[in-house]
Amino acid sequence: MNNDSKNLKGADIDVINQYTGEKWYYTDIVKDHFFKPRNLLLEDPSDGVFDATGMVGSPACGDMMHMWMRVDPVTECIQDLKWKTFGCGSAIAATSMYSVMLTENGGLSIADALRIKPQQIMERLGGLPNRKIHCSVLADKAFQKTANDYFRKTGQNQRIVVEGARVIDDRLNITDKDIEEAVLEGAVTLEDVQKKLKVGVGMSEEALVEIEQLIRFYSEKYYG
Amino acid sequence: MSDKILKRIYMDHAASTPLDPRIRIAMEPYLEEEFGNPSALYREGRRAREALENARESVAGVLGAATDEIIFTSGGTEGDVLALMGVAHAYSNRGKHIISTTIEHHAVLNTLDALKKEGFEITLVEVGQNGIVDPQKIEEALRLDTILVSVIYANNEIGTIQPITEIARRIKKFRDAKVDKMSGPFFHTDACQAAGYLDLNVKNLGIDLMVMNGSKIYGPKGVGALYVRKGVRIQPIFLGGAQEGKRRAGTENIPGIIGFAEALKIANDERTIEGARVKNLRDKLIDGILKTIPRTVLNGDREIRLPNNINISILDIEGEGVILYLDSHGIACSTGSACTSESLDPSHVILALGRPYEYAHASIRFTLGRSTTESDIEHVLKVLPYVTETLRKISPIKIDVDATSMSHPEAFAGEGLRVKAKSKNFKKA
Repeated sequence: MNNDSKNLKGADIDVINQYTGEKWYYTDIVKDHFFKPRNLLLEDPSDGVFDATGMVGSPACGDMMHMWMRVDPVTECIQDLKWKTFGCGSAIAATSMYSVMLTENGGLSIADALRIKPQQIMERLGGLPNRKIHCSVLADKAFQKTANDYFRKTGQNQRIVVEGARVIDDRLNITDKDIEEAVLEGAVTLEDVQKKLKVGVGMSEEALVEIEQLIRFYSEKYYG
Repeated sequence: MSDKILKRIYMDHAASTPLDPRIRIAMEPYLEEEFGNPSALYREGRRAREALENARESVAGVLGAATDEIIFTSGGTEGDVLALMGVAHAYSNRGKHIISTTIEHHAVLNTLDALKKEGFEITLVEVGQNGIVDPQKIEEALRLDTILVSVIYANNEIGTIQPITEIARRIKKFRDAKVDKMSGPFFHTDACQAAGYLDLNVKNLGIDLMVMNGSKIYGPKGVGALYVRKGVRIQPIFLGGAQEGKRRAGTENIPGIIGFAEALKIANDERTIEGARVKNLRDKLIDGILKTIPRTVLNGDREIRLPNNINISILDIEGEGVILYLDSHGIACSTGSACTSESLDPSHVILALGRPYEYAHASIRFTLGRSTTESDIEHVLKVLPYVTETLRKISPIKIDVDATSMSHPEAFAGEGLRVKAKSKNFKKA
């Protein structure tokens, strides 16, 4: 991180508008994206409009974010990135800015988009108060999950990246986190989980046994 | 959206009130001319002492207490800490059990946490979904080694008024039946929000300790009082001089104390008329929001609440966004959302009502005051539906109106569901 963004981060309590001298909690850019969010999904999408989707929650504060993506199948450039969030002003602004960064100038490739760091979002926003930084981390987490969904749907399982998770089937890149999520979404049987992960056959015997164990473990943990 | 031309509508009186000009006038001589230290024997000191004792008499008068039962403090937090630590440390040889509730102010809850680490045993009694504690449950929690019970008089977030008189009656009955009546349990109440709206007569209430502060009653900040009934011992938390009957060391904040005493007197004199006036406005705002905005839920009992408190969860949207939008329309209010708290924890009070954290995330508190007019209420009712509609378009969730568990636990998979809700409610019913 360069020195500029460090200084901006330091502006913790109030941000002073350089033109009016008026103090606001966030920068003018944040304010602009908060009051006029870009790429917001306004209508529930019909089937086939988007190629992938993902929803994540922030364990820090409980914010939730849902993202939808449309991709050029040949170049893998992001043609459209829409989102919704149950979150605060900085979560709204950070996601809005992030969606602009991924789709501007014809759109980044998924590979390039995955290289965007939360710090870059904050720099484009002119800084966020320190305790609000986790809000911008949520946008890139939601995108990673959306990209994973795309990789899974297009059979590129080796490209799936799940942070802090244990891989159970390394060919399909299925992790314990996937199983936990499926259970929390209501999956009860192995079949439910396979349906949720969009895999019918092809899982190894060891993986199937472990997945069944994990289903029992998470069912017990959350509903037992 | 220029803030400059807008009239500000301040609806966060539970956070702080402006200084009443009458109180500023009363305080003014004590800032510059009457600067003496009340512990001094010469003329300047004697005059400060006289002013201090007059203020004490005035506060005692409002409370129906004796002057030596009033200790001036630096405000609500110090009062609560002094009451709890003071009684706990003075009576720890008689018992180490303390009872309180799940909806107390952080000044109480965090002090109880500290006492727990010292070896005290704490029982937090849960409240009903209406935010009111059942006196029967307090009574059932009483033990022979219980030395203290602390229940907030009126809650600062949802405004619910607790049955203090009834709880006091049951505690007294329990105490009187004991062989060792001098070892408690004693009953403390935090009356910071109640002051100015509810009866503060300690005899009527039947309490042993009570805390008030200046900044909620149009007085100065950084000053308050603790009532300690004669016969109840407290161990000081500040060590130093012999001020305040050796119970609170440090040179007295004379201008603050003068201001606090005057503020308490005025607030108490005017409370019936002012209470009725704001209650009208409160009801209008509650009814208006619940009627015009779908999927809104009032937090806390509809009737048994402070006449100036409105706390509503506007489902599916997050409170900070609402605050920022309303601020741009000239309206100041607050939220129990995790996003605005320094600790990123959602309101423990809303969670204590048995609601999932999304309710706290979505809660908005309006607290009315002397400046609030009917047209202010109308303005809020005009702006809020539009703000709600805008923010609901941004939100990906739809919470059940009667939800008791999280709406989308799968979003938190792999995080050990560490949503800082501290809610045990992620299990589906």
